[in-house]
Amino acid sequence: MLMMVEQLDKAHYSPRCYVVAATDRMSGTKALTKEQAWASSSSSNSTSSGSSKASGPLLEEIPRSREVGQSYLTSVATTLYSLAFAAWIVLKQRPALLLVNGPGTCIPVCAAAFLFRALLLLDCRIVYVESIARVERLSLSGKILHASRMADLLFVQWPEMAKRYKGATYAGRLY
Amino acid sequence: MPAPAGRRDKAVDCQAFADALVSKGYGRLVIQKGAGSYNPCVLVPPGSTSAAHGTLAIEYFDFTPSLTQHVSDAALVISHAGSGSIFESLTAGKALIVVPNPLLMDNHQAELGRHLAGMGVLACAAPGDLVNAVLQLEPAELKPYARGDASGIAAAIDALTGRAGLRKTAKAGQGR
Repeated sequence: MLMMVEQLDKAHYSPRCYVVAATDRMSGTKALTKEQAWASSSSSNSTSSGSSKASGPLLEEIPRSREVGQSYLTSVATTLYSLAFAAWIVLKQRPALLLVNGPGTCIPVCAAAFLFRALLLLDCRIVYVESIARVERLSLSGKILHASRMADLLFVQWPEMAKRYKGATYAGRLY
Repeated sequence: MPAPAGRRDKAVDCQAFADALVSKGYGRLVIQKGAGSYNPCVLVPPGSTSAAHGTLAIEYFDFTPSLTQHVSDAALVISHAGSGSIFESLTAGKALIVVPNPLLMDNHQAELGRHLAGMGVLACAAPGDLVNAVLQLEPAELKPYARGDASGIAAAIDALTGRAGLRKTAKAGQGR
């Protein structure tokens, strides 16, 4: 995720909000540390960087739909809860671009954005990047987004995968 | 020549493996035990963190948060087939043998290992074949791994969001 944001025009794709699973203690910290590095390097390169600092990067935490080992019965309730939570975050942030890279947490966020777009409440592009580890088959998140056609762009990191899955895009590997 | 090795410890913790390294000219073996329950006891005496096997110096530790320095020092890396470990070694330009978890032969990590082995950028071995893989591997014969980057994905996102058009306009503006 951070490798992609690194490559994007950070003044254009701003403000940025990172959505992480509440049980994930690492990713959010990593993202904010990276954001700080970008902010300090851009302010040392150019003297005028006042406006972007006012709306700094945000972090939102979302409950997981299902923990490993959780029963399917209670999963229904927690999935509904995380969908409602994701819907609230999407409504609050009103993203123009939703960039997701696969953990299960991304599905309720994508579903919410897709729903609000269908209701003409939101103008948001959904972009999914499949893991480079996936050389033969999409992950579960990838399969859901591919089958539902929720994503405007669905990147795979191997050309063979783009041939196998119609509509998937290969535009190079991240590593 | 250090070779950080994570799981599949039993395949690493044996005389035949050390012999193979010696015969290929490696002088130093660094083992990370990782999260597994197996403790090396053949090559390194229980309770100790270093040993020697002929000309091969062996170091052992349980876990380190970053293997970057060890990978950088290594002539050969032997690791499980997790994508993080694989691409850390490949992008560092290191010869690599991956040993996918045999209990998960159908999972995507094994697929990734086989795929990259098919590209000729690394070797992929079952635990029982690791010694052979070490003996057969000529690091110079591996193809160099061409590192990817996010520029293609970023350009496609720019095109999707209309940012690509903005960039052209900005460039045209600079040209005038």
